[in-house]
Amino acid sequence: MPTKSKLYRKEMIYGYLFLAPPVIGMLLFTMYPMLYSIYGSFTDWDGLGQMNFIGLDNYKDLFTDELFHKAMFNTFFMMIGIPIGLVLALLLAMGLNRGIPGTTAFRVIYYVPVISSLAAISILWQWAYNGDYGLVNQFLDLFGIKGPNWLANKHTVKPAIMIMAIWKGLGYSMLLYLAALQSVSRSYYEAAELDGANGFQTFRAITWPMVKPVTFFIVVTSIIGGSQIFTEINIMTSTGGPEYSSASAVFYMWQKAFGNFQLGYSSAMAVLLALFIFIVTLVQFKFNEKSSGDLD
Amino acid sequence: MVLSSKKWSTANIIIFILLCIGAVFMIAPLLWMVTTSFKTKMEVFALPPVWIPEEWLTAKYSEIWTAGPLLSGIKNSVIVAVSVTLIGTFTSSLAAFALAKLQVPHKNKIFLMLLSSIMIPYPAVMIPQFIMFSNIGWNDTLLPLIVPGLFGNVFMIFFLRQYLTSVPNAIIEAAKIDGSSYFGIYAKIVFPLIKPAVAAQLILWFMGVWNDYLAPTIYLTSEENYTLQLVIGNFNAMYAIQTDYPLIMAASVISLLPMLIVFLVFQKQIIESVAISAVKG
Repeated sequence: MPTKSKLYRKEMIYGYLFLAPPVIGMLLFTMYPMLYSIYGSFTDWDGLGQMNFIGLDNYKDLFTDELFHKAMFNTFFMMIGIPIGLVLALLLAMGLNRGIPGTTAFRVIYYVPVISSLAAISILWQWAYNGDYGLVNQFLDLFGIKGPNWLANKHTVKPAIMIMAIWKGLGYSMLLYLAALQSVSRSYYEAAELDGANGFQTFRAITWPMVKPVTFFIVVTSIIGGSQIFTEINIMTSTGGPEYSSASAVFYMWQKAFGNFQLGYSSAMAVLLALFIFIVTLVQFKFNEKSSGDLD
Repeated sequence: MVLSSKKWSTANIIIFILLCIGAVFMIAPLLWMVTTSFKTKMEVFALPPVWIPEEWLTAKYSEIWTAGPLLSGIKNSVIVAVSVTLIGTFTSSLAAFALAKLQVPHKNKIFLMLLSSIMIPYPAVMIPQFIMFSNIGWNDTLLPLIVPGLFGNVFMIFFLRQYLTSVPNAIIEAAKIDGSSYFGIYAKIVFPLIKPAVAAQLILWFMGVWNDYLAPTIYLTSEENYTLQLVIGNFNAMYAIQTDYPLIMAASVISLLPMLIVFLVFQKQIIESVAISAVKG
């Protein structure tokens, strides 16, 4: 039938037409710049003069750049908040999954920081961390504790930003946990109760295995997000904190690129960041393959 | 462990109280921000602290409009977020339709390629993008924030494609036989069917664009081009030196309000679509 092949051709043309915008967008604004970042990382690119190939020099310099090490350390240090937030979110979700009245209201309240703009939240917490008049120290004062000037002290600036990040992200993880918990059939818990299992046993045998995939999802997305932390640092400690103790990897990259115009050097950092995220995503992919096999 | 007959058991009462304490911790900083915006400078620096202002001063809420380019910031943010999400949703949903319902050779390969591009973080491509847009003279305009988004959003394509698999192929085949054009099928049949999913994804995307901070800091240099987030960031940097915290907090409250209203109105849809994203992701 000639008409069928003609129809098929038409469908194909329209299909490609509909797919063209996202594919062109991806090539133009993601793939091409990514390849350019890789290329640029091997040059002395400064945005003005000629780009000279300098081999691995940028990477070698990063290896001995103390500020870069500091920024990397700070970035990973602030990720300590991830497991803390995870535990709190799971506890909250379990509390909310008991059919207690007011669940919807709690869900909304805990979610408000998530939808709030990070810039406004950072401004609010910068003021809340003020040593003399901030909300945090006023609260601690009720218990007779004299709080530090959080953001001006190199020992407290990272924990301070971490606490804020936990506060902001808690509602999101809680919501994901709650969705996972609600998909667990009630009959499992009833059976466990009939068997005389205590709360801890029920948690270990039923709840934890059921929320494990979500936990993994949250950990991976938080690591990916955490490795790109920027806005909080830029607003709350615009110079990178006392002795550069709150500067993150992306903050350092941003300073080097748009402050000093060391574009080649920042590109090397960009490549390392992309590589790190690529590996984390790959791990998640492998894990998902394995765990979806378990469920069947 | 969980039985509805024991709604007010001792354990549940304790948990309820703990949840209330947690809720206070979540909401107190935001309320404090609001009360601060109504305080006098004296009250802000009073010891012992003043929690509730003696007199609710609204002066700061009229002052903020002249203290910085707040109005143009709102206007710029609206321009960016509306144009990106409206046009981007159109291109994304067309692509999702092609991926889910049209016979296109290599479409799964194309889909995988799009998906793999999500792995590349924005900071890794921002430098070449910046140079690219500078070379065509788009620096200090809203265009670098708008144009990439118009080509669609891979997350949205992913979810809409997923959603479309539940639409029976027979409906689309029937329309083809009736002689509808492909765009006609999309506009008259597919789009109305996926509208709820589109709406939820659009809201989430809108919030993401509205709250973006890194890209605007790179591109926008003159104050009249600032998006709202940059304007309040600038308020913070400028007026903190003068310790005018009520003014800073008033501007921040204004910047939070639009998203807060959107959230409270659509909280059910937003919460549901976020929950689905995790189960599917």
